[in-house]
Formats: sequence, structure tokens, C-alpha cells
Amino acid sequence: MADSAAPAHTAKTVYHSVANTHPVKVAASGVEVFYADKQALHGINLDIQDRSVTAFIGPSGCGKSTFLRCINRMNDTIDTARVAGSIRIDDEEINDRAVDPVLLRARVGMVFQKPNPFPKSIYDNVAYGPRIHGLASGKDELDAIVETSLKKAGLWDEVADRLDQPGNSLSGGQQQRLVIARAIAVNPEVILMDEPCSALDPIATARIEELIDELRENYCLIIVTHSMAQAARVSQMTAFFHLGHLVEYGPTEEIFTNPRDRRTQDYITGRFG
Amino acid sequence: MGAIALAIAFLGVLLGTIVLQASGAFTNYVLTLPVTLEREIADPRGDMSEASLRRGSYNQLIQRSLQSEFPAASSRADLRELFGLYSGLNAASVMHRVIADPSLVGSTIDVTMPANHEIDLYLKGVTVEESITAGSGTIQAGAISGDITLSSDSPAFANAIARIRQQASSERDALLGRAARLEADAAGAASRDAREAGLAAARRAREEAARFDTVIDPETRITLGPRTASLLIRLNGGVVAVSALTPDGREAEGRVLLPLESAEASASWSEWVIETPAAARRITDQQAVYARALEERGMVERRFNTNLFLNADSREPELAGVMGAFIGSVLTMLVTMLLAVPIGVGTAIYLEEFAPKNRLTGFIEVNINNLAAVPSIVFGLLGLAVFINTFGMPRSAPLVGGFVLALMTLPTVIISSRAALRAVPPSIREAALGIGASRTQAVFQHVLPLAMPGILTGSIIGLAQALGETAPLLMIGMVAFVADAPSLGLSGLTQPSTVMPVQVFLWSGASERAFEMRTAAAILVLLTLMIIFNAAAIILRRRFERRW
Repeated sequence: MADSAAPAHTAKTVYHSVANTHPVKVAASGVEVFYADKQALHGINLDIQDRSVTAFIGPSGCGKSTFLRCINRMNDTIDTARVAGSIRIDDEEINDRAVDPVLLRARVGMVFQKPNPFPKSIYDNVAYGPRIHGLASGKDELDAIVETSLKKAGLWDEVADRLDQPGNSLSGGQQQRLVIARAIAVNPEVILMDEPCSALDPIATARIEELIDELRENYCLIIVTHSMAQAARVSQMTAFFHLGHLVEYGPTEEIFTNPRDRRTQDYITGRFG
Repeated sequence: MGAIALAIAFLGVLLGTIVLQASGAFTNYVLTLPVTLEREIADPRGDMSEASLRRGSYNQLIQRSLQSEFPAASSRADLRELFGLYSGLNAASVMHRVIADPSLVGSTIDVTMPANHEIDLYLKGVTVEESITAGSGTIQAGAISGDITLSSDSPAFANAIARIRQQASSERDALLGRAARLEADAAGAASRDAREAGLAAARRAREEAARFDTVIDPETRITLGPRTASLLIRLNGGVVAVSALTPDGREAEGRVLLPLESAEASASWSEWVIETPAAARRITDQQAVYARALEERGMVERRFNTNLFLNADSREPELAGVMGAFIGSVLTMLVTMLLAVPIGVGTAIYLEEFAPKNRLTGFIEVNINNLAAVPSIVFGLLGLAVFINTFGMPRSAPLVGGFVLALMTLPTVIISSRAALRAVPPSIREAALGIGASRTQAVFQHVLPLAMPGILTGSIIGLAQALGETAPLLMIGMVAFVADAPSLGLSGLTQPSTVMPVQVFLWSGASERAFEMRTAAAILVLLTLMIIFNAAAIILRRRFERRW
């Protein structure tokens, strides 16, 4: 409680006490990321609960997306990026050399800022993951996976009769739900969403937010967002990042009603960012 | 807007000129003769074996047939001119027919062959100007063959004389005008040498002009020679070449080129004037008469020129065709495509998607970009040094040509493929990687299909460029006269051959006038190939784009 008076730009993170209603799914400790010589993240320690939505907020360039990309090792695809520290999913170290990032990414799905369906049919978009991971042993099984994934993503009713049409022909909001269905189809444990609604109109956004709320029952969801209102609406936990530091982490309600760090308060009241 | 219109106009002029030039090459005059395959000449050993049939003197048989058409031709000179109507190389096709079907020996077959190219050009009206006008008055021939006198009781030849005089005086005036200009130039010349040379040229022009004086003078006999127009008189089914005329126009001396049927006096005769002087054309009066006589008998007719498309190159324009070069181009392009496209696309994928960004790959990149700017003949030198000298591969072979052109095309394919791969949005890679596709799966299942239209376009443009190359083939011996088309198969890869642009180049430098139109025709064939290539690029692009 004394931390609330901490001066700005301290590396010390404010942690709110959390009612441990759900087990910890992702545990990060001392995560640091460098792009070439520039350090993008400084010693992030963060425990993320299963079956809940955790929101990462913060001004642009604060490192929230970078941290998100650490969780499925997407930073590996950037030549100059270097990641240090430990991230454990279900007590398994994912930064271990023995862990195949390809298999990891099947367990940790990702949804990007702009809807990016493959330029293939709706069916093939969803079926691609199960196909390459050998999750379905026959056509019927694959059909079933596609159907349940699309149903979970709340898209089935809209596309059931035109599964063979290209994914790009859908509207933006539908495309984003298609991408979520594609991520769900490989049966991941964690779903990462990098500003999933920033390219969508309010109605489509509301639809996705509903979906996120539904998915919470089965998955651990982590969402990066620039919209404070969205974070407040959909998440149970919120982490505030600033200049590569994790500033404050706690239940969403507390962060928004009673921020303890000045920077958090300034940001959520709209004084910067 | 104006610039575009100008460019289109220039293109139109270019294409129009080529098409106009080429149009003459697509048809040619063919000679059809009944040739009797006499047993002792076609089958000298008398055993009907292939070896014996190969030794047959088929040209002699064709000559006999032609001679029987013109029994009056008996002197050596006459026969040489008669047999000049076709090329002796045509005997080979008769031989092949006989070998294919030996039962033909002893029978009479119709042999169709292209007329000699000069005859062809004459009949097409390209090289020689001539006119036929009906004669007036009655004329009487002294005999039906040999050197004869044509006489008339009226000035029957007055028209002809007037025309010859007019032509002569205009030519004399032109020569005198030229001499005067040369003299004026010489007077103002800077050096003594130049002045003397100018005066000498003027003197020569005046001497030449003086030769027309006798023709123009109304009192003297007019003699016609190789430097004047030829006057032929068609009378009683025969033709007489006039060599001299009396000034009163009542008498003419001449030689019979085609025997007259009778020596009766006749009022239905015509003047056939070949305005181009014999010295300025490549066929004689006698050959013109033979050609027209055969045409009247239906033995010479204009047909579609199949030789142009089915034959390989030949020294005789009427037998020359683009088939050899076409097959050479096809084989060369196949080798180029099979090498340049997989290697080029593979290199592009590696450099763009997998290679670490370090000094070595940077060095390789710079070198690839530089290779695209290397003059193509340097690749030819490389081919000569490496493939022919070091590895001992055959000269003039499509295999080596394909290797060299593949080297030349590689940078184009790599650069355009890399650009196409780079143009694929990164979100697609992320999408694939995000659901657990491996790098290889992401590249081959998502990025490559999207880059395919660009890669195909780049590759086809590279190949089209290679198709039009001549310079790199110079060094490896493919810029050569090759009279046999390579076989269209694996064995053809090592046989001597040439390619389409080289054929155009070789024909453009040939001395025979008939190659002029064939050059234009070969350009058209090459352009058609290019258009087909580019159309294929567009169609493939469309198809791939539609699928995605």
C-alpha cells in the first residue's frame, strides 16, 4: 500500500492482491527483450490466471505487444530480437531450447490487430491448423472441428451455407471472428489477442467482446488493447505497461477505480498516452 | 497524350512495314513438272536397293522434263538459263519420295518445287518492271526460229521507238545533269585531288550519256543492249527479242526466244517491254520468257510458302525456312526454363525467407544485382570458357545455349521472384506462424502461392528476353548457318542448331534479295512467339490470381 507513493519511472511494479479464483496459467519472471541494442522490456514479472481475460494496457511503444509476442515466441521470427528471462506455461519453461516454437504456437493461439484470414475458403481457413497438426483423422472429424470452431467463434450461423467462399469476402468483423475460429480450431490453451478490435466498427467490436467473454470459460485469454473502456468491459485482470516496464498489475476493477501508481492514474484518466 | 499517340503511330509504322515486307514471303511461285522416273537413271545399279536409288541422278530427270517443255532450247547457254528456273537441291526431295516408295520408278510423277528465287521475285513483280501493249499494223516474221527479221509495210514499231527514245533521253538528261553537278562541285573543291576526282566522275557520266546519242538520233538505227530496256515481240505463239530497229519503224532484227508457230503475217501481236535493263536485273530475257510460258501453261502458280515454315535454313532462299531455328529456340528455351526457373525461384525463397542477414548473404545479394547488369556477350564468353573448353560440351548445341541463357536469365528471375515474395503481406506469414505452421509450411503453403503470379510473370519475362538474345550465342557457335533442323527430342540437345533471332540476323545479312522478305517473315514469327509467351504470362497470372 505504501507503493502508491512511489516516484515515477521506477522499475518497481505495483502488485494488487488477487483472489486466486483460478490457477496460474502463464508465469513470467524477469522477462527482458532486446531489439538489436535497444531494450524493449525490463524485467517483467507477471502471473496470468487461467480461464480469465487479462488485459495489457499502456501507451504506444510501451512493450505490451512485445510481451504478448513473447508468450508464443513470435519474437523468434524477428532476426534482431533477443529474449531473456523465464516464461512458464503450466510450469513448463517455453524459452527452453528443447521447446519447439511451432508446437508452442499450436498451444498458444494468436489473433492479430488486422484480420488476416488466408486467401482461401472459409472452410480451409479453419481447417488449416488441424490439418498441419494432424488433429483430425478423417474428413468427417475435420468437418466437425470446423463446425465447432466456427460455432464457438459465433460465426457458424452466418457462414454455414457458404463455407467454400473465400475468407476475404467476409466483413471485417466476420473476418476477425473467422481468425479467432482458426485459432480455436487447433485447441489452444492460451489465446493472445493483439488489439483485436482496433480495425473494427463499434458493432463488430461489441460482437467480438461478447465472444471474448464467452471464450473465457474455456481458455486463458490475454488481450492487448488501446481502449480503456474495452479493457474495463472484458477483462478480469489488467496490467499497465509504460516504457518497457510493468507498472501496475491487479484486478481490473481495482486498477480502474483505485490505481496506486501516478502513471497508471494519469494514463487511465487520459492525461497521456 | 500526344506522346502516346506518337508512340502508337511509330509502332504502327514499324509493324506495318514488317508485315508489308513479309507478305511476299508467305507465298511463292512453284513449278509443277511431270517427271518420268526413267529406270536406268533413277536406279543406276538396277537392283532397286536403297543404296542404288540414292545414287540416282534425279536432277537429270527434272532437267529432261523441263527440256521436253522447251524442245527448242538446245545450246549450252539456253539450257543453263532453262535449268536456272529451279534449284538442283530440289532433286533431293524427289529422291526421298522414290526411296519411300520405290514402285514409283518407271512411272511419271508430278514434281512440285519452288521456282528459283529470282524467278519468284520477277513473277511477283518485285524486281523487274515490264509492260505489255497490243501492237498496231501487220508484221511478218522472216523465219520461226534463230536470228530473224520482222518487217511491216507500216511503221509498226514507231510506238516502241518513241518509248525507247523517251526513256533514253531522260536517262541521258539525268546523266548530263549529274555531270554538271559534279563539275560545279569540283570547281569549288578544296584540294586538287578532290577536284580531279570530281572531274573524272563527271567525265565518266558524260561518256555514259553519249552512249544514248545513237538511240536518240532520229536518223540512225536503234540498237538495244543490256543497258537499255528489252523489247520483246509476241507473235504467232512465240517471242522474239528485238536487238535492232530501223529508224522508220518498219523493220526489226531479233532473236527468237520462243519458237513461232508459223511465219505468217499477223496483225495480232504485242509489244512486251521489260523496262529494267538486263544489266540491272538477275534474270535474262530468255528466263522471263520461259517463266511466262510456263505460267501460261499452268505449270507455274503462286502458292502458300510451306518451305518457309517446314524447312531449315538453306543457301537457296526459296528453300530456306525457320523450322531449324524454331526447334533450336524451343530446345534452348526448355533447357533455360528447366534451369533458370527452379534455381532462380529457389534462390529467391532462400534469400528472402530463410537466409540469415549477414555479410555473406549481403555479398551474394549485391552480386546477383550486379549480374543483372552484365553485358550478355560476357555470358557467352563464360559459356565458351567453362562449358565448351573446360567441360568439353559440343559447340553450337542447344544444351550449351540453354546453359548460357539460363545464367543470363537467373538474376532477372531471382530479383523479380524476391520482389514478388516481399510483396506478400507479412500478416499472412504471421497468421500461418501464429497457428503453429513451421517456417517451411508458412512459406510453401501461404507465401509462395500468393507470390506465384509475380514469380511467373518475372520468369516468363526473363525467358522472353532470353528468347530474343543473339549476342551470348555468338561465342558458343550458335550464330551459324545450320542446314539441318535438330531433332525435337533429347538427342537434339547436342546437335548443331541456331535460334530464331540468329536466323533473323543471318538472313538480314544475306546478299540475295529474296532473303529480305524472309527476314521480315522470320521477325514476324519471332514476334508471334514473343506475343504467345507474354499472353501465357498474362493468362497464368489471371488464373492464379483468381484462385486466391
